[in-house]
Amino acid sequence: MRALELNGVSVYYGAVRGVEDVDLYVDEGEIVALLGANGAGKSTLLKAISGIIHPRHGSIAFFGDNFGKLSAHRRVIQGLVHVPEGRRIFTTLTIGENLELGAYGTQRNRTERARRLNEVLGLFPLLQQHFQRLAGTLSGGEQQVLAIGRAMMSNPRVLMIDEPSLGLDPQKVDIVYDMLEEVAKLGTTVLLVEQNVSLALEIASRAYVLQQGSVVLSGPSASLVDDSRLSDAYLGKSADDHD
Amino acid sequence: MSLLLNEIGNGIFLGAFFGLVALGYSMVYGILRLINFAHGDFYMVAAFVSYTILGAVLVGHSHGQWFTVLWVGVVVMVITGGLAMLANQFVYRPMRRAAILSLMIAAIGLSQVLENGVLVTPQWGATYLVYPVTTPPSGFNLGSNHYTWGQLIIVLISGLLALGVYFLVGRTLLGKAMRAVSEDRIAAVLMGINVDLVIAIVFFIGGALAGAAAVMTGVYYGQINYLMGFTVGLEAFTAAVLGGIGNIGGAVLGGLILGIVQSIGTGIFGAEWAIVVAFGALVLMLWFRPTGLLGERVARRM
Ligand SMILES: Nc1ncnc2c1ncn2[C@@H]1O[C@H](COP(=O)(O)OP(=O)(O)O)[C@@H](O)[C@H]1O
Ligand SMILES: [Mg+2]
Repeated sequence: MRALELNGVSVYYGAVRGVEDVDLYVDEGEIVALLGANGAGKSTLLKAISGIIHPRHGSIAFFGDNFGKLSAHRRVIQGLVHVPEGRRIFTTLTIGENLELGAYGTQRNRTERARRLNEVLGLFPLLQQHFQRLAGTLSGGEQQVLAIGRAMMSNPRVLMIDEPSLGLDPQKVDIVYDMLEEVAKLGTTVLLVEQNVSLALEIASRAYVLQQGSVVLSGPSASLVDDSRLSDAYLGKSADDHD
Repeated sequence: MSLLLNEIGNGIFLGAFFGLVALGYSMVYGILRLINFAHGDFYMVAAFVSYTILGAVLVGHSHGQWFTVLWVGVVVMVITGGLAMLANQFVYRPMRRAAILSLMIAAIGLSQVLENGVLVTPQWGATYLVYPVTTPPSGFNLGSNHYTWGQLIIVLISGLLALGVYFLVGRTLLGKAMRAVSEDRIAAVLMGINVDLVIAIVFFIGGALAGAAAVMTGVYYGQINYLMGFTVGLEAFTAAVLGGIGNIGGAVLGGLILGIVQSIGTGIFGAEWAIVVAFGALVLMLWFRPTGLLGERVARRM
């Protein structure tokens, strides 16, 4: 089953091109990586999928249903969650409150939320320690852990996460990636945006490579690891320069 | 000394009004970063609406029909909340992407529309209207001052409403959503929060509190006028800034402090100095503590 399917998606910011004519799919249960240099359009694509911005052309389907102009908060209720670039936890709220809000769209009654909270804390015991602390006092790594925990509170079918390793030291990156593998093991489909290629290809089964708003390369992770076109995409060479 | 106590007593009473109106100011600011200059006029419209409803349900000028006043008060809270929601829906919401300055100009425009709307409405108009209900003079003495039961009830109701808001914002899931929207609207949407609905609810609550304050003003002062929202709006805005705008506890605290300061100030200089004293306090506060009293404690900010 296709969890996500994008056909011919183009997004513009006024006259500035975000992404152009992107085809992409993610099957249920997969981890798929979306790679590319800074400014390639990775975040733009996630924002279009979660509904924060609307594409000019193309269609986005979620488990076979076209999202159309469905508002962003309704997409969360349908089971799609997006952990944005920079984590964007609520720094003036406590960790407990952040987690509770993660369940806002899907777990409407108190007992459901409490049960879900127990499940998530069971999965990620790290979060249990500072329950009453303001989230703004957490370190970058802890904030990323909280952001993933908060996203999992909605019990999503698909988790999209934007550059989770950004700004973290290697040890914290390991913690975060272990969490993502845990999430995937539970059957959650993952679309992972990364600049750190080797890290992403380690856990993803397939990957797409974006360059200047277009998909220039895609395939199983194993076939991409040694592909020179991948490093070209990062060095800014266009596909035409090759050979 | 006992004179000072009297002024403090009066000030708490005055502050109860300011606090209620300031709460609405502060909540809307907290969620939209908008200084809603029309807020005082929601309060003014509420006074006229309650005047008309009370005039219709009470026969003749009557003392202390508390139950009637109470249910009319609740109805007027709902109507004023609804008015604030409509203002949000048709004036502010279409401008959500506009510069904050444009929004403020729209707020001033809306304020003019409401004032002139009341001015041209038959039965309302420009004169001072005598409110159909007043508080009876019976009460109790504290120090050398006499307080009526009406004053006490007004302070108690204001306190309860403020506590209700504090509980709502601090403890309930909706309140947490309000604070989330206040901090980061996009992140809030990504939690599945219907941000437009949350903003509408904040307008509703702010309007409802102004409605309650309006009925209490009418009952206590006994007269209403189409310009009454302007002064109270300024005073409530001052109270909100004194306490730290956007901060729930700050609005109430700012209201009380402003009430007491104004009470003492007018006791010394005379009643016509009320606004000067209020703005004097505001200028001093901005001078020494630009964030307001509770402005830095962001935890309860919304
Ligand atoms: N809010 C915006 N307004 C205008 N242009 C934008 C905006 N966000 C992104 N862009 C542009 O869209 C392109 C893709 O950006 P982005 O999706 O953020 O890339 P990535 O996440 O891959 O680094 C870039 O050229 C960027 O400058
Ligand atoms: Mg990005």
